[in-house]
Amino acid sequence: MTTIDTTDTNDLPPQDPNAVSITINGRTVEARKGDFIIAAADSVDEYIPRFCYHPRMSSVGMCRQCMVEVEGPRGPMMVVSCMTPVADGQVVRTDTPQVKRAQEGMIELLLANHPLDCPVCDKGGECPLQDQAFSHGAGESRFVEEKRHYEKPIPISDLVFLDRERCILCDRCTRFADEVAGDPLISFTQRGNNTQIMTFPDEPFASYFSGNTVQICPVGALTASPYRFKARPWDLEQRESTCTTCSVGCRTVVQSSRDELLRYQGVDSDPVNWGWLCDKGRFNFQSTNSDDRLSSPQIKSGDSFAASSWSDALESVARVIRHSREGSIAILGGARGTNEDAFMWGALADAAGVTMRDAQLDDGLPASVFSYAQATIDSACAGGTVILLAPDIKEELPVLYLRLRDAVQKKRIRLIEISSHETGLTKYAWKSIRAESGTAAGAIPALLVQADIAAQLASGPVVVVAGRANLAESASHSMDALTAVLAVVPSASVLPVLRRGNVRGALSLGLAPRNGNDAATILEASAKGNVDCLILLGADPLSDVADVDLARRGIAGAKFVVAIDTFLTASASHADVVLPAAAYGEKDGTTMNLEGRVTSVVQKITPHGTSRADWMIAVELMTLLGHESNFTTLADIQHAMSAAVPGFGSTTTAVAIKRDGVVVSVTPPSSAPSATSVAGPRNSYEFRLDLSRKLFDRAIGTITSPSLANLASEANVFIHPLDLDRVGAAEGTNVRVSNSHSSIVLPVRALSSIPRGTAWVPFNQIGADVRELVRRNESIVDVRIESM
Amino acid sequence: MARLTEENVRLAREIIGRYPKPRSATIPLLHLAQEQDGYVTNEAMSHIGELVGASSAEVFGTASFYEMFKFEPVGKYLINICGTMSCALLGAEELMHHAEERLGIKMGSTTADGKITLERAECQAACTEAPCLQVNYRYRYRVTPDQLDSLIDDLSAGNLSSEIPAHGVVASVRQHIPADRAVGAVAPELVTENPVWLDGKAAL
Ligand code: SF4
Ligand code: SF4
Ligand code: FES
Ligand code: FES
Repeated sequence: MTTIDTTDTNDLPPQDPNAVSITINGRTVEARKGDFIIAAADSVDEYIPRFCYHPRMSSVGMCRQCMVEVEGPRGPMMVVSCMTPVADGQVVRTDTPQVKRAQEGMIELLLANHPLDCPVCDKGGECPLQDQAFSHGAGESRFVEEKRHYEKPIPISDLVFLDRERCILCDRCTRFADEVAGDPLISFTQRGNNTQIMTFPDEPFASYFSGNTVQICPVGALTASPYRFKARPWDLEQRESTCTTCSVGCRTVVQSSRDELLRYQGVDSDPVNWGWLCDKGRFNFQSTNSDDRLSSPQIKSGDSFAASSWSDALESVARVIRHSREGSIAILGGARGTNEDAFMWGALADAAGVTMRDAQLDDGLPASVFSYAQATIDSACAGGTVILLAPDIKEELPVLYLRLRDAVQKKRIRLIEISSHETGLTKYAWKSIRAESGTAAGAIPALLVQADIAAQLASGPVVVVAGRANLAESASHSMDALTAVLAVVPSASVLPVLRRGNVRGALSLGLAPRNGNDAATILEASAKGNVDCLILLGADPLSDVADVDLARRGIAGAKFVVAIDTFLTASASHADVVLPAAAYGEKDGTTMNLEGRVTSVVQKITPHGTSRADWMIAVELMTLLGHESNFTTLADIQHAMSAAVPGFGSTTTAVAIKRDGVVVSVTPPSSAPSATSVAGPRNSYEFRLDLSRKLFDRAIGTITSPSLANLASEANVFIHPLDLDRVGAAEGTNVRVSNSHSSIVLPVRALSSIPRGTAWVPFNQIGADVRELVRRNESIVDVRIESM
Repeated sequence: MARLTEENVRLAREIIGRYPKPRSATIPLLHLAQEQDGYVTNEAMSHIGELVGASSAEVFGTASFYEMFKFEPVGKYLINICGTMSCALLGAEELMHHAEERLGIKMGSTTADGKITLERAECQAACTEAPCLQVNYRYRYRVTPDQLDSLIDDLSAGNLSSEIPAHGVVASVRQHIPADRAVGAVAPELVTENPVWLDGKAAL
């Protein structure tokens, strides 16, 4: 046994050179050099009133509400606590008569021009101005003159309204737009008493992150159309949850009133979203409330559906499963559900001998991407180099974009982007390198050994953000590119960015393809008549699979199709039985984000109609199929999940999962890497098709949210201006886009950020469907573009 | 109306080059735009944003802070009549009424022929010479209604075109700085030596 000599001074913890000790109202407070007094006070719950200060943004000292007294050489002086850094030995008082006078004075000035229309203001009840006028104001105003008037509220975007009378000019929204979102589309305009927040004439505040400004506005000046006049804050009930719209997994609170979802607000999770949400994640609660939701099981009779009872519908599914030939049952999807859903469907699949399953829809990467050393969002943003081999992060994983952008702006990391066209992160990249689809892997070895890049890579940790950028390019090209990077930088870790909220959970917990039978293979088998029962678990191959012809043949070829979904999607309408699924906000469980972080998702409202959670459906089917199943509650599943999945540990019980969740390490079964592909050279008369997603498209969750439904754009094909000349078409006119498979007509637009020879078509927008030209057995897609 | 002309873009680039950060050139470029079109058009603001790396909203935010940038067409001659204390006491109101009647327009508007715009201004720092006014920011002191009439006559007849250039013309934005006189665009944080004029004297 060793004794530790505690008197050895060498063992004393080293003095932190940044430690600073101050006193606030007589209390000793430990802080760090560079902290502002207000943050130090917050850390010990000494509340200093404030309007403009926001811990995730730079301090501007705009509102002067946070004045405190600091002992100085000539006695106490008043300082703004959000701009004054702590200093060792500093003596701060927040409770002197002088401070109180300052606070009351500022409130009185702010209220002088404030309309005080609290009774009709959405912010009333949760308004920092209202609250602090009560807690720190004089209670009375001396201002009897006519107040300033403006037209009440004016729209500054499709989603956000501005009431200039209520604005207190705190600079939070404008700072957010500029500093955090990088979309400085709103600004202070005019001067003095006329100062107002405004957009440029005819240039709306069309930021993917606009909803955050509504959340952080300390008054009711900014309101969002989906929530305006819907509820009073005191009528709202809320539970903390996680957004599962994409795989970032932002922390939210889900708020409802009278059993209807009314609002999501961002919650500050330090390792993930810092309080921010994107507009899609924030406003798509409307989809859950949609009247178009499926409310009861449907059984196909003839060409239409007839509502049925759950028992009849489940029995008919069970019967088909029982009578299916061995190895002829397939499950597609699961990435929109919870971990528990995926685990139970995996368990059902195992019990029923289902060999064909895939949580992705041929739009991701093989699960082997999880077997590399894994990065987290924090580790990617901490320092060193981030190599992007990924879809446009701003379009697909918006809050990850905010985090990466922040790390670049604060000069912590350098981005090297290798992509087929410019993305939202291009202007923040240290190097942004264009590689035509199918050619990245070949170019990477030479690229990464260039002197400056090699030096950068050697200077610190390297994280590769890996995903499937171009849906018209096979996954093997993306994997080859990743392998090529890892061959040069073997120490790099990987942050996989796959599509759909719980894709990582679903792949990790039982819905990863077995023996290389991925979605494409399954659909091909189905097209050949080898699938007796195709179960679509929240999956809509007809809308999401890039090779739409394959999806069509696959669904048509299946003997029996079961769709478990919240809406009657394109694919579900071809099903024989449709089972209504509980949506986000209607069921409890856990989810896993792109890092493998497990957090809770919660039920806030009663499921629509008779819809049920996916896991319940799986449990019922298991029972009907005669498999021993001891699951009656979510906790049963969570215990089984912890026991069954190596790496999951005991972390899954909802109780154990706090705000920031727990990063688990589960390696899903991964098949041998698919054969590498070599893309043939492009005929110089042709264009290489680049098919990638934008934030807003015709996705079901978006079009069933009225406030988001019209944010998708018209389908266009974008080519370089010189290519436009070569094609001989005028901007905006229709061109024929064709290859040997099909031909479609789309308007053409010039975009100088598209390299020559590339044709970029955003996925699933309104208009002709370019997927008609995609075939999975071709690793890249080349097309001709002709003017008409 | 319009983005900056090709010639003005060339000049804009030269002006931007004088500053360590392109955004610092926003105000001179706004003057350039106002000189080109007589007022600052939306297109010009967007163009300036592109040139200096700011959003249109940011350029507009900056521009709208300043009274001297106009966002709607103004006449060739902008007459600013001071209405602050000294001038008001010495007949500014009368002068304004007179101008309104003479031109048949209200303060704040422009004559139909686009020649003259009337504006009420705050103190022009010539209180000892009240009441005063400015024509395209050129002073006229102790102005009587009669003098105002003859000023308007002269302006209309073009008699003053050599003395008073059209609204928007700011000579300084067209200054070319010879290379040997330029200090160069060095970001302040990169300056390590004292400026020449401080040579031999105590450091700042
Ligand atoms: S709109 Fe709200 S957030 Fe923006 S400056 Fe005004 S009070 Fe602040
Ligand atoms: S970034 Fe993703 S997880 Fe976050 S709010 Fe948007 S959709 Fe939801
Ligand atoms: S919170 Fe400090 S000045 Fe506004
Ligand atoms: S009051 Fe007219 S110039 Fe000062």
